[in-house]
Amino acid sequence: MSTIHFEAVSQSFGDRTVLRDVNLTLTEHRIGIIGANGSGKSTLVRMINGLVTPTSGTVTVDGLNVARRAREVRRRVGFIFTNPDNQIVMPTVQEDVAFTLRRRGLSPAEIAERTAAALEQFGLAAHADHPAHRLSGGQKQLLALAAVLVAEPATIVADEPTTLLDARNARRIGELLHTLPQQVIVVTHHLHLVEDFDRVIVIEAGEVAADGAPAQALATYRDLVQ
Amino acid sequence: MIGLYSPGTSFVHRAPTLLKLVLLSLCIVVIGLSPDLRVVGGAAAGVVLLFVVARVPLRAATAQIAPILLILVVALPIQGFLSGWLVAALMAGRLLVAVALAALFTMTTTVTAVLLAFQTLLRPFRRFIDADRVGLLVALTIRCIPLVADIVREVMEARTARGTRGSLMSIAVPVVVRSLYAADALGEALVARGLDD
Amino acid sequence: MTDPVRATAPTRRILPARDLAQIAIFAALIAALGLPGPLNIGPVPITMQSLGVMLAGAVLGPRKGSLAVLLFLVLTLLGLPLLAGGRGGIGVFTVSPAAGYLYGYLFGAFVTGYLTARLMPKYSFLPALGATILGGIVAVYLIGIPVMAMNLALPLWTALGLNVAFLPGDLIKVVVTVLVASQVHRAYPGLITPPQRRTARN
Repeated sequence: MSTIHFEAVSQSFGDRTVLRDVNLTLTEHRIGIIGANGSGKSTLVRMINGLVTPTSGTVTVDGLNVARRAREVRRRVGFIFTNPDNQIVMPTVQEDVAFTLRRRGLSPAEIAERTAAALEQFGLAAHADHPAHRLSGGQKQLLALAAVLVAEPATIVADEPTTLLDARNARRIGELLHTLPQQVIVVTHHLHLVEDFDRVIVIEAGEVAADGAPAQALATYRDLVQ
Repeated sequence: MIGLYSPGTSFVHRAPTLLKLVLLSLCIVVIGLSPDLRVVGGAAAGVVLLFVVARVPLRAATAQIAPILLILVVALPIQGFLSGWLVAALMAGRLLVAVALAALFTMTTTVTAVLLAFQTLLRPFRRFIDADRVGLLVALTIRCIPLVADIVREVMEARTARGTRGSLMSIAVPVVVRSLYAADALGEALVARGLDD
Repeated sequence: MTDPVRATAPTRRILPARDLAQIAIFAALIAALGLPGPLNIGPVPITMQSLGVMLAGAVLGPRKGSLAVLLFLVLTLLGLPLLAGGRGGIGVFTVSPAAGYLYGYLFGAFVTGYLTARLMPKYSFLPALGATILGGIVAVYLIGIPVMAMNLALPLWTALGLNVAFLPGDLIKVVVTVLVASQVHRAYPGLITPPQRRTARN
């Protein structure tokens, strides 16, 4: 598993402080991050692949400073967004997966092969040439996962990946996240999703309010929101 | 996205895209310079023949050419009155032939093939234009059309749900603002997915 | 090992991903505005597309705005049926009487954006109206009318006369553009960087 290290990380947008002096070292296989809306958890995970650069402090992935070497870090860390519609950037299912593999020195044949394998793995092979926007919400999130995993990242960061899905599709994506060999960091409001994770971190008002085994962290969170 | 392409296997479909482009340009220049109605008439017959060979559906062909007929209804009498009926007929014939030929090219060539042909044409200018990036932007925009269409539909539905019969403004402002937010999210995804890496 | 990093990372590319996304989304918006079907009056179909073109300049500024229009035109050129009435392909850019309007759109979006950028950060009604008339009507007609005269082999004045029919519609679109853009700039500031600030930074 990768080692993700937050050192004295703070973030403010204008005069609004979003994160305050966060220190964390993430090494576990499956890590859940929970917290109220606006608590700063989305900003926190965006720092892992350089989508947000901290106002002060340092984030490193396997010793690489994300702010300086975002390109190398992004090859190790894949990101899943809440709304798959905004994550799909190419017209057809297959083109969207292949987009991830550009600029990696692969031959067109290799790209086609790996794309086909990823679509097969996520049950999208029959839709390869279909327009991506015609997929169902659950299929779109599967496509987003396929497009990230085709690059074989070491770590997957997912920001509320099940929030916009119906119960059945949410469960399906949740099960997938449980079976991935990759390190998985999930931000979510669906608490049952992280109940059997290795570690759960509670973010409250820009600070770490609880951090540890799921049972203990979830109990703290439930007390907080009472 | 299939666009205006009408699938087929005729030699018009199979001819190399760049060759078709060159021939099209040549024809338009020759017809444009010819002062002879017979040349234009012959060209028109040739174009009809090509349409038949290519088996382009009549309706699709009409949709592309009909607007020109409409324009000619207005322009032809003015033209005939101002500079004589021979000149008017020449102008009308040239325009029809040129528009029909261009439509034939578009209807027998896939969007991907046209894109590749233009990327080839751009290659000598690679110091100024990155042809791959142009291709990427084209694909990104094709992806964005249903995204924006969804935004327009949702804004219209929200307006109906609230029961307000608002003006054009009450649609346009939320559509533009929400499109800009979608662009933010899309930009973030492009970065995360390694657009510039 | 602590090295505080500034919040704004330096951009290596000429066009950052967000600008690229704004350009693509606006090109798509112009395309989407052509979908409902045109009102064919006279030689050039009246559509909401020219509203999209004016908005591109007034909302995104000269660079992003004209690139969005350019991208829309490239898609049409490639054979997508994006022009009102489902037309497209190379014919509409060369031999069609309305071909000049398409180039005029490009120039018009640039002029609208350029003049709007000089007004920013204050987007007040009357100056914005002037900027949008110059870009969205004058600049578009400047290229559109001569090309129409050429492609129909008509005298320039006759072509000009044929275009008078579009003026009321275009004026309404200008007003709508300015009203929409002023609300958009309030809801989403920072879309257009005024030219003065840009030179000050260099």
